[in-house]
Amino acid sequence: MDAAYDIAMEHTEPEADSGTSVVAVEDVHKAFAGHKVLDGISLHVARGETVAVLGRSGTGKSVLLRLIIGLETPDSGSICIHGQDIAGLAMDRKGEIRKRMGFLFQHAALYDSLTVAENVAFPLEHHRRDLSRSERGDRVMQLLAEVGMERAVDKMPSDISGGMQKRVGLARALALEPEILLLDEPTAGLDPISSGEIDDLILKLQRERQMASIVVTHDLHSAKAIANSLALLDQGKVVIEGKFEELQDSDIGFVKEFLKQS
Amino acid sequence: MSDRQPIVVAGTHPTLAGQQTISIPTALEFVGRTANGFFEWFGDLGIFSWKVLCAALTPPYEWRELVRQLDEVGSMSLPLVAAAGSAIGIVISMEARYSLSRFGAKSMFSTTLVYSVIQVMGPIMTGLIVSGRVGAGIGAELASMKVTEQIDAVEASAINPYRLLAATRILACILMLPLLTLAADACGLLTGWFAQAMVEPLSFHQFVESGFKGSKLNDFLPPTFKTAVYGLIIGLIACFQGMRTRGGAAGVGRAATNSVVLASLFVILADVVLVKFILVFFP
Repeated sequence: MDAAYDIAMEHTEPEADSGTSVVAVEDVHKAFAGHKVLDGISLHVARGETVAVLGRSGTGKSVLLRLIIGLETPDSGSICIHGQDIAGLAMDRKGEIRKRMGFLFQHAALYDSLTVAENVAFPLEHHRRDLSRSERGDRVMQLLAEVGMERAVDKMPSDISGGMQKRVGLARALALEPEILLLDEPTAGLDPISSGEIDDLILKLQRERQMASIVVTHDLHSAKAIANSLALLDQGKVVIEGKFEELQDSDIGFVKEFLKQS
Repeated sequence: MSDRQPIVVAGTHPTLAGQQTISIPTALEFVGRTANGFFEWFGDLGIFSWKVLCAALTPPYEWRELVRQLDEVGSMSLPLVAAAGSAIGIVISMEARYSLSRFGAKSMFSTTLVYSVIQVMGPIMTGLIVSGRVGAGIGAELASMKVTEQIDAVEASAINPYRLLAATRILACILMLPLLTLAADACGLLTGWFAQAMVEPLSFHQFVESGFKGSKLNDFLPPTFKTAVYGLIIGLIACFQGMRTRGGAAGVGRAATNSVVLASLFVILADVVLVKFILVFFP
C-alpha cells in the first residue's frame, strides 16, 4: 500500500450511539430543468463517522452536499440535521443549523478580496462577537497552524496554490468548530503528495474532533484512506454502501467497473 | 403540407427563392417567450426585493459592511460626479447666456442656472453617472462572487447574503445619491457662476441672491431627495443582476452590462414619474 495512505489504517470507529444519525437523507429527489440528478437517494451519517460519496462526474455528488447544507432544496424527500429538516426552513433558521456545519467547496471559494487570515476570521467575526479582536486573531492563527498555513496569513488567495487554498478553506470550515463537515472533492486537482497531505489532515481532524463527515470524491484511494464507509452513486441512486472490502466483494457490474477503472 | 402557414415578410413574394418567411406559430412562440421572460424577470425581482427587505429589517445588522459600501459608493464616486457637475454648470451657463440674451431676458440668468442645475440636470446626471460607475461595479463584483461560489460560501458560513451583500449596497446607494447630487449641484453652480463672472462682472453674493430669490425649500428639496429613489433602483438592479448570474466570465460581463443598462433605463423612467409626482404633491 502507498505510504501516504498508511494512515488509513488509523481510522477511528464511529461512536457506539451511531444509531442516531447526525445527518439523515431520506428518499431525496432533485432535478434541474427536467434533468433528474438525484433519484430517491438515502444516506445516514453518525457522529464520528466519515462517509465517502463516490461516483462518476455528473452523478449528483456535489448536489447532494449542497442539499445537505441547504444551498439547494430537494424536490421531494427529507434532509434532517440533528433531527431537524433543513429543507423547508427560512434562511435565518437554516443559518442556525449551518453554524454547526463546515463546508469545504471544490475550488475552496475563498473570498478573493480578503487575505488568508481574514478569510478564516470571517465566520468568527459574524458569529463569535463575544470574542475580543485578539482572541479572534489567536483562534485564526491556531486554525491556520492546524492546517499548516500559519506562514501565509497575509497572503491573498490568488497568491497561493490550489492545495494551499483548500487548506485555508478547510481552516475556514473549521472556524466555528462544526459537528458536521462536508468536503467537496478535497483532493481534486492536487498532485499526489498534496492529496496525501490533505487526506492526513482530514484524518487528524477526524481523530481529534469526532465530527460526522461526508466527503464527495471520485478519488478511490483518498476515499479508502479517510472514510469509514463508502457510498457509490450512479444515475442519482446509491448503488452500494459499505466498507471498501464490501465494494470489492460486490457482484454489481457498475461497482466492479468503477473499482477497476479507479 | 405543414400546418404552419407562412406569412410573407413585407414586400416579398412567397415563391421567390431566398425570401424570408416567419411562420405564425414561430412568431407567437417568440412573443410568448419574450413576454414570459419579461414577467419572469419582474417576478424574480419582486421575490429578490422581498428577501432583501426581510433581511435588512432583522438583526444582526451589518454596520461595518454598510460603512465600507458608503465609502465605496459615495467617496469613490465623488470625483466623477463633481467633474460632471462642474462641466454641466459651465455648459448651462454658456447656453443660458446666449439664449437669454437673444430674448432680452438676461436678468433671469442666475435663476435659470440655479433651477436648471438643481431641479433638472444635477439629479438625473448624478443618477446616470452612479448607474454607470456603481451599477457596473456592484453587478460585476457580485456576479464574480456568484460564479466562484463565494456567495454560496457566505451562505454556508451561516451568514445571510441578502443582508450582508445586497441590503448594505442598496442602502448605501439610497443614502449616498442625495449627497452626491448636492455635491454635483454645488459644483455646477460654482462653475456656472465662474463662467459667467469671466464674461461680465457678477459677484457670487449677487448670483446667489438673484438665483434663489423667491424660491421655496420645496423647489429644491424634492428634486434632490428624489435621487434616493434612483439609489434604490441602481442598488437593487445591480445586486439582483449580480446575484442571479450564471455562466462564468461571460456571465459576469453580461451582469455588469445589464446592471448599467437596466439601472440607467429605470432611472430615466423614474425621473419622468417623479417629476410629475413632485409637480403634483410639492407645487
